Amino acid sequence: MVPLSWYMVLSMVVFSIGVFGFLSRRNIIIMFMSIELMLNAVNISLISFSYYIQDLRGQILAFFVIAVAASEAAIGLAIVIALFRNKATAHVDEIHEMKG
Amino acid sequence: MKLYLLIPFLPLAAFLINILIGKEVMRDKAHWPSILAVLGSWIITVTSVLPQVVAGKVINEDLYTWILSGKFNASVGFLIDPLTAVMLFVVTTCATLIHIYAVGYMHGDTGYYRFFAYMSLFTFCMLMLVMGNNFLQLYFGWEGVGLCSYFLIGYYFNKKSAADAGKKAFIVNRFGDFGFGIGVFMIFLTFGTLHYVPVFANVGEIVGKTVNFLGWNVDLPTLIALLLFCGAVGKSAQIPLHVWLPDAMEGPTPVSALIHAATMVTAGVFLVARCNPIFNLSAVAMNVVAVIGALTMFFAATIAITQNDIKRIIAYSTCSHLGYMFLACGVGAYGAGIFHLYTHAFFKALLFLAAGSVIHSVHTNDIQEMGGLRKYMPITYAVFVIAGLSAGGFPGLSGFFSKDEIIWSAYASGSYVGKFVWILALAGAFFTPFYTFRLIFVTFHGKYRGGHEEHHGHGAYGATHGEHHIHESPKVMTVPLMFLAAGAIAAGWVGIPPLLGGGEYFAEFLKPVVGLPEFHATHAEEWGVMGLSTTLVFIGLGLSAFLYLRKTDLPEKIATSFSFIYKMLYRKYYVDEFYNFIIIRPTLWIADKILVGITDAKIIEGVVNGVPGGIGNFSQKLRKVQTGLSQHYGIIMAAGAVFIIALALLLR
Repeated sequence: MVPLSWYMVLSMVVFSIGVFGFLSRRNIIIMFMSIELMLNAVNISLISFSYYIQDLRGQILAFFVIAVAASEAAIGLAIVIALFRNKATAHVDEIHEMKG
Repeated sequence: MKLYLLIPFLPLAAFLINILIGKEVMRDKAHWPSILAVLGSWIITVTSVLPQVVAGKVINEDLYTWILSGKFNASVGFLIDPLTAVMLFVVTTCATLIHIYAVGYMHGDTGYYRFFAYMSLFTFCMLMLVMGNNFLQLYFGWEGVGLCSYFLIGYYFNKKSAADAGKKAFIVNRFGDFGFGIGVFMIFLTFGTLHYVPVFANVGEIVGKTVNFLGWNVDLPTLIALLLFCGAVGKSAQIPLHVWLPDAMEGPTPVSALIHAATMVTAGVFLVARCNPIFNLSAVAMNVVAVIGALTMFFAATIAITQNDIKRIIAYSTCSHLGYMFLACGVGAYGAGIFHLYTHAFFKALLFLAAGSVIHSVHTNDIQEMGGLRKYMPITYAVFVIAGLSAGGFPGLSGFFSKDEIIWSAYASGSYVGKFVWILALAGAFFTPFYTFRLIFVTFHGKYRGGHEEHHGHGAYGATHGEHHIHESPKVMTVPLMFLAAGAIAAGWVGIPPLLGGGEYFAEFLKPVVGLPEFHATHAEEWGVMGLSTTLVFIGLGLSAFLYLRKTDLPEKIATSFSFIYKMLYRKYYVDEFYNFIIIRPTLWIADKILVGITDAKIIEGVVNGVPGGIGNFSQKLRKVQTGLSQHYGIIMAAGAVFIIALALLLR
């Protein structure tokens, strides 16, 4: 049986890739994908813990995260398309209308 | 059925009707509710209240508990005794006639409904003032009439002088009312109640007590009496607070007649008479009342000689007559004071309304621009002469009996102060007919001197054109004048002294409330005093006729040869200038330099502008944080998360 720590390491690595991708990439689609990575990293740790301590609540929570991630992706992509239609770009550096 | 309750509340209802729907619904019919209400009050007074009081019944009942707080219990209650009955009769009679007169005088005015609304409110407050059975209700009415006086003096509010006069009246009265207010507090502190009956019943307890007031130990009765008198001085325009009354003539003439002659200004006399048990305890306070009354009477009478504004002359005459009333109260003859109040209300309201009738037709207040009006306005002329004779104390008319009783009381009181005020009262007896008939002769006799502006370039035609417009006032104005004239002649007949075969019913009627003064003199002296004052009246009258009918150029010569005295009288003893110098200028200076300059500009503006300014500056810096770049937010979020996790791990 694979020890829990391996899953933890996997989860951490995926989360870190997600954080790094979110902070370093400028393409808004890639940033979205990074966010999905972070969420899935969390899902991995939730499910592994759930299995390890034999408690189904972790898996239930993972389903919630998946549902939220799906709706977030749907709304986020809709925003991206609307944005692209207006600004003709998907590059976040060029989108700074909210500058104070 | 407590019918007497309707006396004050009918005018209140009229006020509510006129103020709520007057502008839209009543408009030029706004006089109906007011007149019907005050007429109703008069009818109830005459048919129900007066007979009861004459029969010896005194109504004193609490209607409603107004304020209940610990020991303090103030109620809305009514006391109707002979004194109140006299005031009720005076107020409702004059108010009714003046309301009717005002229909003609105010006809076509844009604020017609407003005028009648305020008149009704005034009547309500005045009736509450005289009918209250405690000091707080007196104070309520007192301030209420002051407020209405302010409204009505400033009735022509787009005229600056009228607005200023309203303010002046209100502010000057504050000085007096401040003292009055403290007086009421002192009464509550001393007696633990504000109701007249227990206060006056226990008044003997305070004899000889002293109280620490502003660091001095003062005699308690004297203190209370003088504080109450402060209010009376303000409201009744006595020296040194008399300056507002002449200026109050900026209001419409019916207002001057009702508020500034017949009723409100006499509230001070009513107050002193009502509180006579307190005043009687203090010889000092009595002497102050007598001397202030006498001085006001004398100074106002001398000022009246030189003035040219028809209403101001009568206003000074009012000051002077109020002085007579205080003089009477000060020598203990409260009955005589109230008697003069009662006769004065008729002849002075008549003088004002007749003057209003003149102003209504010639459209000026300056008597130098009038003259010869006798043939155009015979009714006005006739009633003016009656009022003048009555005011001047011509034998047989109302004013004669009341004034004579005051002069006699002053003489017979037997004290030095009594003798002093008696001499001033005699001087007043000479001056009153003199200035009143100067006014009449200049206004109604001689040649018409007005219309100069109109005949610019038109020659004589213009003058006749100007004169042509003069006409007698409509019936709605002259009929009330005739009724008042009847009052000016006959109202005093209820108080004819026994010496002249009368019964002195008036003094007997008031005796339960104010008592009778003790006289230390003989019948022969009474004849002598009466003869002396009557002679002075005739001398005044004759001199006036000589100067203003025969030798009409003489007054001007006298004025130029005694120009110092003339100037001083014309400028009203420079009292206004004096107050301007010692009160108004410093107040304005403080307001301008300290309140506006420092408190307002530096402190208040500093706080008000400084706080938002600081927040704005800080925000200007803070807004730079919002870059609009999502990566920046992401980094800050990540850094924050790392920081918090690190903190949680480290602090575990």
